[in-house]
Amino acid sequence: MIPVIAVSNLGKRYGRTVAVDDVSLEVFEGEIFGLIGPNGAGKTTTMECVQGNRVPDKGKISVLGLDPQRNANELRQRIGVQHQEAHLQKRIKVWEAVDLWRSLYTKVVDTDALLARLGLEAKRNAWFMTLSGGQKQRLFIALALIHEPEVVFLDELTTGLDPQARRAIWGLVTGIRDRGTTVFLTTHLMEEAERLCDRVAIIEHGRLIEVGTPEELVRKHSPERTVVFTSDDANVAERMQGLGTVERAEGNGATYTIRGTGDDFVTEVINIIAREGIRVRGFRTEIPTLEDVFLKLTGHAIRD
Amino acid sequence: MRPRFLRGFWKLTWVETKIFTREPMGFVATLVMPLVVFIVLGRALGVGKRVPASGLDIPFNPAILAAVLIAISAVQSLVAIISIYREGGILKRLRATPLSPVTILGAHVVVKLLFTVISLTLLLLAGRRLFPGVMQVNVFSFTAAVLLSTLSILSLGFVIASVVPTARFAQPISGAVVYPMLALSGLFFPVERLPRAFEAVAYLLPTTHAVALLQGVWAGSGWGAHWVNVAALLVLFAVYTALSTKVFRWE
Repeated sequence: MIPVIAVSNLGKRYGRTVAVDDVSLEVFEGEIFGLIGPNGAGKTTTMECVQGNRVPDKGKISVLGLDPQRNANELRQRIGVQHQEAHLQKRIKVWEAVDLWRSLYTKVVDTDALLARLGLEAKRNAWFMTLSGGQKQRLFIALALIHEPEVVFLDELTTGLDPQARRAIWGLVTGIRDRGTTVFLTTHLMEEAERLCDRVAIIEHGRLIEVGTPEELVRKHSPERTVVFTSDDANVAERMQGLGTVERAEGNGATYTIRGTGDDFVTEVINIIAREGIRVRGFRTEIPTLEDVFLKLTGHAIRD
Repeated sequence: MRPRFLRGFWKLTWVETKIFTREPMGFVATLVMPLVVFIVLGRALGVGKRVPASGLDIPFNPAILAAVLIAISAVQSLVAIISIYREGGILKRLRATPLSPVTILGAHVVVKLLFTVISLTLLLLAGRRLFPGVMQVNVFSFTAAVLLSTLSILSLGFVIASVVPTARFAQPISGAVVYPMLALSGLFFPVERLPRAFEAVAYLLPTTHAVALLQGVWAGSGWGAHWVNVAALLVLFAVYTALSTKVFRWE
Protein backbone atom coordinates (compact mmCIF):
# COMPACT_ATOMS: atom_id res chain seq x y z
CA MET A 1 0.00 0.00 0.00
CA ILE A 2 1.21 3.50 -0.82
CA PRO A 3 1.03 5.71 2.25
CA VAL A 4 -1.02 8.94 2.11
CA ILE A 5 1.46 10.55 4.47
CA ALA A 6 5.10 9.54 4.64
CA VAL A 7 7.51 11.18 7.06
CA SER A 8 11.13 10.19 7.42
CA ASN A 9 13.65 11.47 9.95
CA LEU A 10 11.75 14.67 10.67
CA GLY A 11 13.49 17.10 12.99
CA LYS A 12 12.57 20.56 14.25
CA ARG A 13 14.03 22.75 16.96
CA TYR A 14 13.00 26.12 18.36
CA GLY A 15 16.19 27.86 19.36
CA ARG A 16 17.88 25.38 21.66
CA THR A 17 14.76 23.38 22.39
CA VAL A 18 14.39 20.24 20.34
CA ALA A 19 10.66 19.89 19.60
CA VAL A 20 10.93 16.97 17.20
CA ASP A 21 14.12 14.94 17.28
CA ASP A 22 13.69 12.14 14.79
CA VAL A 23 10.25 11.07 13.64
CA SER A 24 9.42 8.66 10.82
CA LEU A 25 5.89 7.45 10.21
CA GLU A 26 3.43 6.40 7.55
CA VAL A 27 -0.32 6.97 7.42
CA PHE A 28 -2.46 4.91 5.06
CA GLU A 29 -5.59 5.75 3.15
CA GLY A 30 -8.86 5.52 5.07
CA GLU A 31 -7.41 5.04 8.54
CA ILE A 32 -7.57 7.12 11.69
CA PHE A 33 -3.97 7.54 12.73
CA GLY A 34 -3.26 8.97 16.18
CA LEU A 35 -0.09 10.61 17.38
CA ILE A 36 -0.26 10.25 21.14
CA GLY A 37 1.91 11.53 23.92
CA PRO A 38 2.11 14.09 26.72
CA ASN A 39 2.04 17.84 26.15
CA GLY A 40 5.34 19.05 24.74
CA ALA A 41 6.21 15.67 23.22
CA GLY A 42 6.29 17.12 19.69
CA LYS A 43 2.82 16.10 18.47
CA THR A 44 1.68 19.49 17.24
CA THR A 45 5.02 20.41 15.70
CA THR A 46 5.10 17.13 13.80
CA MET A 47 1.56 17.68 12.57
CA GLU A 48 2.20 21.28 11.53
CA CYS A 49 5.27 20.27 9.56
CA VAL A 50 3.20 17.64 7.78
CA GLN A 51 0.52 20.23 6.98
CA GLY A 52 3.15 22.56 5.56
CA ASN A 53 2.48 25.26 8.15
CA ARG A 54 5.91 24.90 9.71
CA VAL A 55 9.27 24.44 8.04
CA PRO A 56 11.17 21.39 9.32
CA ASP A 57 14.91 21.56 9.98
CA LYS A 58 15.51 18.13 8.56
CA GLY A 59 13.75 15.10 7.15
CA LYS A 60 11.47 14.35 4.25
CA ILE A 61 7.69 14.70 4.17
CA SER A 62 5.26 13.63 1.49
CA VAL A 63 1.49 14.17 1.73
CA LEU A 64 -0.69 12.83 -1.08
CA GLY A 65 2.52 12.63 -3.08
CA LEU A 66 3.15 16.36 -2.57
CA ASP A 67 5.88 18.26 -0.79
CA PRO A 68 4.10 20.34 1.90
CA GLN A 69 6.53 23.23 1.48
CA ARG A 70 6.92 23.37 -2.30
CA ASN A 71 3.31 22.40 -3.17
CA ALA A 72 1.66 24.28 -0.29
CA ASN A 73 -1.10 25.82 -2.38
CA GLU A 74 -2.13 22.60 -4.07
CA LEU A 75 -1.97 20.71 -0.79
CA ARG A 76 -4.21 23.23 1.03
CA GLN A 77 -6.99 22.42 -1.43
CA ARG A 78 -6.73 18.74 -0.56
CA ILE A 79 -6.24 18.69 3.21
CA GLY A 80 -8.47 19.89 6.04
CA VAL A 81 -7.02 21.33 9.21
CA GLN A 82 -8.20 21.90 12.77
CA HIS A 83 -5.80 23.60 15.19
CA GLN A 84 -5.42 23.16 18.90
CA GLU A 85 -7.19 25.91 20.87
CA ALA A 86 -8.14 27.76 17.72
CA HIS A 87 -10.50 30.72 17.56
CA LEU A 88 -12.38 32.68 14.98
CA GLN A 89 -13.46 36.29 15.00
CA LYS A 90 -15.63 36.71 18.12
CA ARG A 91 -18.58 38.16 16.25
CA ILE A 92 -18.48 36.13 13.04
CA LYS A 93 -21.68 34.14 12.53
CA VAL A 94 -21.52 30.41 11.94
CA TRP A 95 -22.94 30.67 8.42
CA GLU A 96 -20.57 33.54 7.57
CA ALA A 97 -17.55 31.48 8.55
CA VAL A 98 -18.76 28.54 6.49
CA ASP A 99 -19.59 30.85 3.57
CA LEU A 100 -16.13 32.48 3.73
CA TRP A 101 -14.37 29.13 3.82
CA ARG A 102 -16.48 27.93 0.89
CA SER A 103 -15.24 30.82 -1.21
CA LEU A 104 -11.62 29.72 -0.69
CA TYR A 105 -11.81 26.27 -2.22
CA THR A 106 -12.45 25.06 -5.73
CA LYS A 107 -14.52 22.03 -4.74
CA VAL A 108 -17.00 22.39 -1.87
CA VAL A 109 -19.78 20.43 -0.20
CA ASP A 110 -23.33 21.60 0.47
CA THR A 111 -23.40 23.95 3.48
CA ASP A 112 -26.79 22.92 4.84
CA ALA A 113 -26.01 19.22 4.70
CA LEU A 114 -22.67 19.79 6.39
CA LEU A 115 -24.15 21.92 9.19
CA ALA A 116 -26.88 19.33 9.69
CA ARG A 117 -24.35 16.52 9.85
CA LEU A 118 -22.47 18.38 12.58
CA GLY A 119 -25.61 19.39 14.45
CA LEU A 120 -25.11 23.11 13.87
CA GLU A 121 -28.27 24.04 11.90
CA ALA A 122 -29.81 25.77 14.91
CA LYS A 123 -26.63 27.81 15.39
CA ARG A 124 -26.40 29.20 11.85
CA ASN A 125 -26.88 32.79 12.99
CA ALA A 126 -25.03 32.57 16.28
CA TRP A 127 -21.83 34.54 16.85
CA PHE A 128 -18.73 32.43 17.32
CA MET A 129 -18.21 33.83 20.85
CA THR A 130 -21.61 32.54 21.97
CA LEU A 131 -20.94 28.91 21.00
CA SER A 132 -20.11 26.27 23.60
CA GLY A 133 -16.75 24.51 23.49
CA GLY A 134 -18.26 21.50 21.75
CA GLN A 135 -20.08 23.66 19.20
CA LYS A 136 -16.88 25.57 18.42
CA GLN A 137 -15.04 22.33 17.79
CA ARG A 138 -17.88 21.09 15.59
CA LEU A 139 -17.67 24.30 13.60
CA PHE A 140 -13.92 23.80 13.18
CA ILE A 141 -14.58 20.27 11.97
CA ALA A 142 -17.11 21.69 9.50
CA LEU A 143 -14.51 24.18 8.24
CA ALA A 144 -11.96 21.40 7.93
CA LEU A 145 -14.39 19.30 5.87
CA ILE A 146 -15.91 21.98 3.66
CA HIS A 147 -13.80 21.12 0.60
CA GLU A 148 -14.08 17.35 0.92
CA PRO A 149 -10.41 16.96 1.80
CA GLU A 150 -8.63 13.67 1.29
CA VAL A 151 -6.81 13.99 4.61
CA VAL A 152 -8.07 15.72 7.76
CA PHE A 153 -5.75 16.85 10.56
CA LEU A 154 -7.27 17.15 14.03
CA ASP A 155 -5.03 18.54 16.76
CA GLU A 156 -6.17 17.90 20.35
CA LEU A 157 -9.75 18.01 19.18
CA THR A 158 -11.51 17.33 22.46
CA THR A 159 -9.19 19.01 24.96
CA GLY A 160 -11.24 21.00 27.43
CA LEU A 161 -14.57 19.46 26.45
CA ASP A 162 -16.90 17.73 28.88
CA PRO A 163 -17.34 13.95 28.49
CA GLN A 164 -20.67 14.25 26.71
CA ALA A 165 -19.40 16.69 24.08
CA ARG A 166 -16.28 14.56 23.71
CA ARG A 167 -18.34 11.47 22.91
CA ALA A 168 -20.35 13.40 20.32
CA ILE A 169 -17.11 14.52 18.64
CA TRP A 170 -15.78 10.94 18.61
CA GLY A 171 -18.87 9.87 16.71
CA LEU A 172 -18.21 12.58 14.13
CA VAL A 173 -14.59 11.58 13.68
CA THR A 174 -15.36 7.94 13.03
CA GLY A 175 -18.01 9.21 10.61
CA ILE A 176 -15.32 11.10 8.69
CA ARG A 177 -13.24 7.94 8.41
CA ASP A 178 -16.27 5.88 7.36
CA ARG A 179 -16.79 8.25 4.44
CA GLY A 180 -13.34 7.35 3.20
CA THR A 181 -11.31 10.31 4.47
CA THR A 182 -7.97 9.67 6.10
CA VAL A 183 -7.71 11.18 9.58
CA PHE A 184 -4.45 12.17 11.28
CA LEU A 185 -5.06 13.26 14.87
CA THR A 186 -3.11 14.06 17.99
CA THR A 187 -4.31 13.52 21.52
CA HIS A 188 -2.97 13.16 25.01
CA LEU A 189 -6.10 11.25 26.05
CA MET A 190 -5.42 7.55 25.92
CA GLU A 191 -9.10 6.69 26.09
CA GLU A 192 -9.71 8.83 23.02
CA ALA A 193 -6.86 7.18 21.14
CA GLU A 194 -8.13 3.74 22.07
CA ARG A 195 -11.72 4.49 20.99
CA LEU A 196 -10.91 6.30 17.77
CA CYS A 197 -7.63 5.25 16.29
CA ASP A 198 -7.00 2.40 13.92
CA ARG A 199 -3.31 2.85 14.57
CA VAL A 200 -1.39 4.95 17.05
CA ALA A 201 2.17 6.18 17.36
CA ILE A 202 3.45 6.98 20.84
CA ILE A 203 5.73 10.00 20.86
CA GLU A 204 7.89 11.26 23.68
CA HIS A 205 10.68 13.85 23.73
CA GLY A 206 10.35 14.24 19.96
CA ARG A 207 10.85 10.58 19.15
CA LEU A 208 8.42 7.78 18.30
CA ILE A 209 8.74 4.95 20.75
CA GLU A 210 6.07 2.59 19.41
CA VAL A 211 3.63 2.28 16.49
CA GLY A 212 0.75 -0.13 16.01
CA THR A 213 -2.95 -0.77 16.55
CA PRO A 214 -4.06 -0.14 20.14
CA GLU A 215 -4.78 -3.89 20.53
CA GLU A 216 -1.34 -4.85 19.25
CA LEU A 217 0.37 -2.47 21.63
CA VAL A 218 -1.64 -3.65 24.60
CA ARG A 219 -1.06 -7.29 23.72
CA LYS A 220 2.63 -6.75 23.23
CA HIS A 221 3.44 -4.55 26.18
CA SER A 222 0.72 -5.27 28.72
CA PRO A 223 -0.34 -8.91 28.40
CA GLU A 224 -1.41 -9.20 32.02
CA ARG A 225 -5.12 -9.76 32.66
CA THR A 226 -7.10 -9.59 35.86
CA VAL A 227 -10.44 -11.15 36.75
CA VAL A 228 -12.27 -9.88 39.81
CA PHE A 229 -15.31 -11.75 41.09
CA THR A 230 -17.35 -12.08 44.23
CA SER A 231 -18.44 -15.36 45.71
CA ASP A 232 -19.67 -16.63 49.09
CA ASP A 233 -18.20 -20.11 48.57
CA ALA A 234 -15.39 -21.36 50.78
CA ASN A 235 -11.70 -21.67 49.83
CA VAL A 236 -12.17 -20.05 46.46
CA ALA A 237 -8.67 -18.60 46.23
CA GLU A 238 -7.07 -21.91 47.15
CA ARG A 239 -9.15 -23.78 44.59
CA MET A 240 -8.03 -21.51 41.79
CA GLN A 241 -4.35 -21.37 42.73
CA GLY A 242 -1.99 -22.89 40.21
CA LEU A 243 -4.67 -23.94 37.75
CA GLY A 244 -4.04 -23.31 34.06
CA THR A 245 -2.46 -19.95 33.39
CA VAL A 246 -3.49 -18.50 36.74
CA GLU A 247 -0.43 -16.81 38.21
CA ARG A 248 -1.91 -15.46 41.39
CA ALA A 249 -5.23 -15.83 43.12
CA GLU A 250 -6.07 -13.90 46.24
CA GLY A 251 -9.17 -12.89 48.07
CA ASN A 252 -10.67 -11.78 51.37
CA GLY A 253 -13.47 -14.31 51.62
CA ALA A 254 -15.87 -12.44 49.36
CA THR A 255 -13.98 -10.64 46.59
CA TYR A 256 -11.30 -12.49 44.64
CA THR A 257 -8.63 -11.15 42.31
CA ILE A 258 -7.15 -13.61 39.85
CA ARG A 259 -4.16 -12.57 37.77
CA GLY A 260 -2.59 -14.10 34.70
CA THR A 261 -1.37 -13.32 31.22
CA GLY A 262 -2.44 -13.98 27.68
CA ASP A 263 -5.55 -13.75 25.56
CA ASP A 264 -6.91 -17.08 26.80
CA PHE A 265 -6.68 -16.21 30.46
CA VAL A 266 -10.23 -14.93 30.95
CA THR A 267 -11.77 -17.93 29.16
CA GLU A 268 -9.70 -20.20 31.30
CA VAL A 269 -10.86 -18.56 34.53
CA ILE A 270 -14.48 -18.94 33.39
CA ASN A 271 -13.85 -22.62 32.65
CA ILE A 272 -12.29 -23.15 36.06
CA ILE A 273 -15.18 -21.46 37.79
CA ALA A 274 -17.63 -23.67 35.87
CA ARG A 275 -15.64 -26.83 36.49
CA GLU A 276 -15.25 -26.13 40.20
CA GLY A 277 -18.91 -25.22 40.47
CA ILE A 278 -18.12 -21.91 42.17
CA ARG A 279 -21.18 -19.73 42.65
CA VAL A 280 -20.35 -16.24 41.46
CA ARG A 281 -22.35 -13.14 42.39
CA GLY A 282 -20.35 -10.61 40.39
CA PHE A 283 -17.72 -10.90 37.69
CA ARG A 284 -15.58 -8.39 35.85
CA THR A 285 -12.35 -8.32 33.91
CA GLU A 286 -9.62 -5.73 33.97
CA ILE A 287 -7.82 -5.49 30.67
CA PRO A 288 -4.87 -3.13 30.33
CA THR A 289 -5.33 -0.03 28.23
CA LEU A 290 -3.06 2.22 26.20
CA GLU A 291 -2.62 4.16 29.42
CA ASP A 292 -0.89 1.11 30.94
CA VAL A 293 1.17 0.64 27.79
CA PHE A 294 2.27 4.25 27.97
CA LEU A 295 3.18 3.90 31.62
CA LYS A 296 5.19 0.80 30.88
CA LEU A 297 7.03 2.27 27.90
CA THR A 298 7.88 5.63 29.40
CA GLY A 299 7.96 4.87 33.10
CA HIS A 300 5.53 7.64 33.93
CA ALA A 301 1.84 8.43 33.53
CA ILE A 302 0.81 10.65 30.64
CA ARG A 303 -0.63 13.38 32.82
CA ASP A 304 2.74 14.37 34.28
CA MET B 1 -7.99 32.52 -13.94
CA ARG B 2 -8.37 35.11 -11.21
CA PRO B 3 -5.31 36.04 -9.21
CA ARG B 4 -4.75 34.13 -6.00
CA PHE B 5 -4.84 37.41 -4.09
CA LEU B 6 -8.53 37.82 -4.92
CA ARG B 7 -9.57 34.40 -3.68
CA GLY B 8 -11.90 35.16 -0.78
CA PHE B 9 -10.89 38.84 -0.77
CA TRP B 10 -14.30 40.46 -1.17
CA LYS B 11 -16.00 37.83 0.96
CA LEU B 12 -13.49 38.42 3.76
CA THR B 13 -13.79 42.20 3.37
CA TRP B 14 -17.57 42.00 3.64
CA VAL B 15 -17.47 39.66 6.64
CA GLU B 16 -14.93 41.89 8.40
CA THR B 17 -17.08 44.94 7.68
CA LYS B 18 -20.08 43.28 9.29
CA ILE B 19 -18.01 42.12 12.24
CA PHE B 20 -16.70 45.64 12.76
CA THR B 21 -20.22 47.08 12.96
CA ARG B 22 -21.03 44.47 15.64
CA GLU B 23 -18.26 45.77 17.88
CA PRO B 24 -19.98 48.71 19.59
CA MET B 25 -16.88 50.27 21.16
CA GLY B 26 -14.71 50.22 18.07
CA PHE B 27 -17.57 51.42 15.95
CA VAL B 28 -18.29 54.38 18.21
CA ALA B 29 -14.62 55.26 18.64
CA THR B 30 -14.06 55.27 14.89
CA LEU B 31 -17.14 57.17 13.78
CA VAL B 32 -18.10 59.34 16.72
CA MET B 33 -14.86 60.35 18.43
CA PRO B 34 -13.35 62.41 15.56
CA LEU B 35 -16.76 63.96 14.95
CA VAL B 36 -17.09 65.07 18.57
CA VAL B 37 -13.56 66.52 18.56
CA PHE B 38 -14.34 68.38 15.37
CA ILE B 39 -17.63 69.84 16.61
CA VAL B 40 -16.41 70.82 20.09
CA LEU B 41 -13.13 72.38 18.92
CA GLY B 42 -14.78 73.84 15.84
CA ARG B 43 -17.33 75.60 18.05
CA ALA B 44 -14.60 76.86 20.37
CA LEU B 45 -11.92 77.85 17.88
CA GLY B 46 -13.67 78.13 14.54
CA VAL B 47 -12.99 76.08 11.45
CA GLY B 48 -10.55 77.04 8.76
CA LYS B 49 -10.16 80.52 10.20
CA ARG B 50 -6.78 81.95 10.93
CA VAL B 51 -6.68 81.50 14.66
CA PRO B 52 -3.27 82.48 16.00
CA ALA B 53 -2.31 79.96 18.62
CA SER B 54 -0.16 81.42 21.40
CA GLY B 55 1.33 84.05 19.18
CA LEU B 56 2.18 81.74 16.31
CA ASP B 57 0.82 82.64 12.91
CA ILE B 58 -0.02 79.05 11.93
CA PRO B 59 -3.74 78.33 11.90
CA PHE B 60 -4.97 75.48 13.99
CA ASN B 61 -7.75 73.79 12.08
CA PRO B 62 -10.01 71.34 13.96
CA ALA B 63 -11.08 69.86 10.62
CA ILE B 64 -7.51 68.75 9.91
CA LEU B 65 -7.15 67.41 13.45
CA ALA B 66 -10.37 65.43 13.05
CA ALA B 67 -9.24 64.08 9.67
CA VAL B 68 -5.92 62.97 11.18
CA LEU B 69 -7.77 61.45 14.13
CA ILE B 70 -9.87 59.44 11.70
CA ALA B 71 -6.70 58.06 10.13
CA ILE B 72 -5.16 57.38 13.51
CA SER B 73 -8.19 55.60 14.91
CA ALA B 74 -8.08 53.37 11.83
CA VAL B 75 -4.47 52.52 12.66
CA GLN B 76 -5.17 51.80 16.32
CA SER B 77 -8.13 49.66 15.39
CA LEU B 78 -6.05 47.72 12.85
CA VAL B 79 -3.24 47.15 15.36
CA ALA B 80 -5.73 45.95 17.97
CA ILE B 81 -7.49 43.62 15.54
CA ILE B 82 -4.30 42.06 14.18
CA SER B 83 -2.90 41.51 17.66
CA ILE B 84 -6.13 39.95 18.89
CA TYR B 85 -6.28 37.75 15.79
CA ARG B 86 -2.72 36.66 16.31
CA GLU B 87 -3.11 35.95 20.00
CA GLY B 88 -6.35 34.04 19.49
CA GLY B 89 -4.89 31.87 16.76
CA ILE B 90 -7.29 33.35 14.20
CA LEU B 91 -4.41 34.39 11.93
CA LYS B 92 -2.96 30.92 12.22
CA ARG B 93 -6.27 29.34 11.27
CA LEU B 94 -6.73 31.69 8.31
CA ARG B 95 -3.19 31.01 7.16
CA ALA B 96 -3.93 27.28 6.98
CA THR B 97 -6.49 28.00 4.26
CA PRO B 98 -5.75 28.95 0.66
CA LEU B 99 -6.11 32.60 1.76
CA SER B 100 -2.96 34.54 0.99
CA PRO B 101 -1.53 36.67 3.83
CA VAL B 102 -1.77 39.73 1.58
CA THR B 103 -5.49 39.07 1.18
CA ILE B 104 -6.04 39.02 4.94
CA LEU B 105 -4.25 42.33 5.52
CA GLY B 106 -5.70 43.81 2.32
CA ALA B 107 -9.26 43.05 3.41
CA HIS B 108 -8.66 44.80 6.73
CA VAL B 109 -7.18 47.82 4.98
CA VAL B 110 -10.23 48.09 2.72
CA VAL B 111 -12.53 47.89 5.74
CA LYS B 112 -10.54 50.64 7.46
CA LEU B 113 -10.61 52.84 4.35
CA LEU B 114 -14.34 52.27 4.01
CA PHE B 115 -14.98 53.47 7.54
CA THR B 116 -12.57 56.36 6.99
CA VAL B 117 -14.77 57.53 4.11
CA ILE B 118 -17.96 57.13 6.16
CA SER B 119 -16.43 58.97 9.08
CA LEU B 120 -15.16 61.76 6.86
CA THR B 121 -18.53 62.09 5.15
CA LEU B 122 -20.20 62.52 8.55
CA LEU B 123 -17.60 65.13 9.41
CA LEU B 124 -18.11 67.13 6.22
CA LEU B 125 -21.89 66.95 6.53
CA ALA B 126 -21.72 68.14 10.13
CA GLY B 127 -19.34 70.89 9.07
CA ARG B 128 -21.68 72.11 6.34
CA ARG B 129 -24.53 72.33 8.84
CA LEU B 130 -22.74 73.70 11.87
CA PHE B 131 -20.19 75.96 10.27
CA PRO B 132 -21.85 77.32 7.13
CA GLY B 133 -19.68 79.27 4.78
CA VAL B 134 -16.28 78.04 5.94
CA MET B 135 -16.42 74.49 4.52
CA GLN B 136 -15.35 75.51 1.03
CA VAL B 137 -13.01 72.59 0.64
CA ASN B 138 -13.04 70.41 -2.49
CA VAL B 139 -14.68 67.31 -1.03
CA PHE B 140 -13.19 64.79 -3.47
CA SER B 141 -9.72 66.17 -3.26
CA PHE B 142 -9.89 66.28 0.54
CA THR B 143 -11.29 62.74 0.74
CA ALA B 144 -8.54 61.47 -1.54
CA ALA B 145 -5.94 63.20 0.62
CA VAL B 146 -7.41 61.63 3.77
CA LEU B 147 -7.45 58.19 2.14
CA LEU B 148 -3.84 58.48 1.01
CA SER B 149 -2.85 59.69 4.48
CA THR B 150 -4.74 56.85 6.15
CA LEU B 151 -3.12 54.27 3.88
CA SER B 152 0.34 55.62 4.61
CA ILE B 153 -0.26 55.81 8.38
CA LEU B 154 -1.84 52.33 8.26
CA SER B 155 1.37 50.93 6.81
CA LEU B 156 3.15 52.17 9.93
CA GLY B 157 0.35 50.38 11.77
CA PHE B 158 1.38 47.13 9.99
CA VAL B 159 4.85 47.51 11.47
CA ILE B 160 3.46 48.12 14.97
CA ALA B 161 0.99 45.23 14.57
CA SER B 162 3.84 43.00 13.44
CA VAL B 163 5.90 43.48 16.55
CA VAL B 164 3.29 43.95 19.30
CA PRO B 165 3.70 40.84 21.46
CA THR B 166 0.14 40.50 22.78
CA ALA B 167 -3.21 42.22 22.45
CA ARG B 168 -2.74 43.70 25.90
CA PHE B 169 0.25 45.69 24.65
CA ALA B 170 -1.42 46.83 21.44
CA GLN B 171 -3.07 49.92 22.92
CA PRO B 172 -0.12 51.30 24.93
CA ILE B 173 2.42 50.59 22.19
CA SER B 174 0.37 52.08 19.38
CA GLY B 175 -0.38 55.02 21.69
CA ALA B 176 3.31 55.50 22.39
CA VAL B 177 3.93 55.80 18.65
CA VAL B 178 0.80 57.67 17.65
CA TYR B 179 0.69 60.51 20.18
CA PRO B 180 4.27 61.79 19.76
CA MET B 181 3.73 61.41 16.02
CA LEU B 182 0.69 63.63 16.28
CA ALA B 183 2.60 66.18 18.37
CA LEU B 184 5.39 66.40 15.78
CA SER B 185 3.06 66.45 12.80
CA GLY B 186 2.92 70.23 12.38
CA LEU B 187 -0.72 70.28 13.32
CA PHE B 188 -0.22 72.32 16.48
CA PHE B 189 2.97 74.21 15.63
CA PRO B 190 5.13 74.32 12.52
CA VAL B 191 7.63 71.54 12.02
CA GLU B 192 10.31 74.14 11.23
CA ARG B 193 10.23 75.34 14.80
CA LEU B 194 11.24 71.95 16.15
CA PRO B 195 14.85 71.30 17.12
CA ARG B 196 16.87 69.94 14.17
CA ALA B 197 16.84 66.31 15.31
CA PHE B 198 13.10 66.30 15.93
CA GLU B 199 12.51 67.97 12.60
CA ALA B 200 14.38 65.16 10.85
CA VAL B 201 12.32 62.56 12.72
CA ALA B 202 9.12 64.42 11.86
CA TYR B 203 9.80 64.10 8.13
CA LEU B 204 10.16 60.32 8.46
CA LEU B 205 6.66 60.07 9.89
CA PRO B 206 3.63 59.86 7.63
CA THR B 207 1.50 62.17 9.81
CA THR B 208 3.74 65.15 9.08
CA HIS B 209 3.24 64.81 5.34
CA ALA B 210 -0.42 63.98 5.82
CA VAL B 211 -0.98 67.19 7.78
CA ALA B 212 0.89 69.29 5.21
CA LEU B 213 -1.11 67.79 2.35
CA LEU B 214 -4.45 68.12 4.17
CA GLN B 215 -3.76 71.72 5.17
CA GLY B 216 -2.81 72.52 1.58
CA VAL B 217 -5.86 70.87 0.08
CA TRP B 218 -8.06 72.55 2.68
CA ALA B 219 -6.57 75.92 1.76
CA GLY B 220 -7.42 75.22 -1.86
CA SER B 221 -4.01 74.47 -3.33
CA GLY B 222 -3.70 71.61 -5.80
CA TRP B 223 -1.91 68.29 -5.31
CA GLY B 224 0.88 69.49 -7.57
CA ALA B 225 1.89 72.07 -5.00
CA HIS B 226 2.30 69.24 -2.50
CA TRP B 227 3.91 66.61 -4.68
CA VAL B 228 6.72 66.24 -2.16
CA ASN B 229 4.27 65.28 0.57
CA VAL B 230 2.36 62.96 -1.77
CA ALA B 231 5.59 61.28 -2.84
CA ALA B 232 6.69 61.01 0.77
CA LEU B 233 3.40 59.36 1.78
CA LEU B 234 3.75 56.84 -1.06
CA VAL B 235 7.39 56.11 -0.32
CA LEU B 236 6.70 55.71 3.41
CA PHE B 237 3.81 53.39 2.56
CA ALA B 238 6.12 51.24 0.41
CA VAL B 239 8.91 51.23 3.00
CA TYR B 240 6.70 50.45 5.99
CA THR B 241 4.78 47.76 4.11
CA ALA B 242 8.01 46.11 2.99
CA LEU B 243 9.38 46.34 6.52
CA SER B 244 6.25 44.81 8.04
CA THR B 245 6.33 41.84 5.65
CA LYS B 246 9.87 41.23 6.92
CA VAL B 247 9.00 41.32 10.60
CA PHE B 248 5.41 40.04 10.53
CA ARG B 249 4.62 37.13 12.83
CA TRP B 250 1.54 35.02 12.33
CA GLU B 251 1.57 33.47 15.79
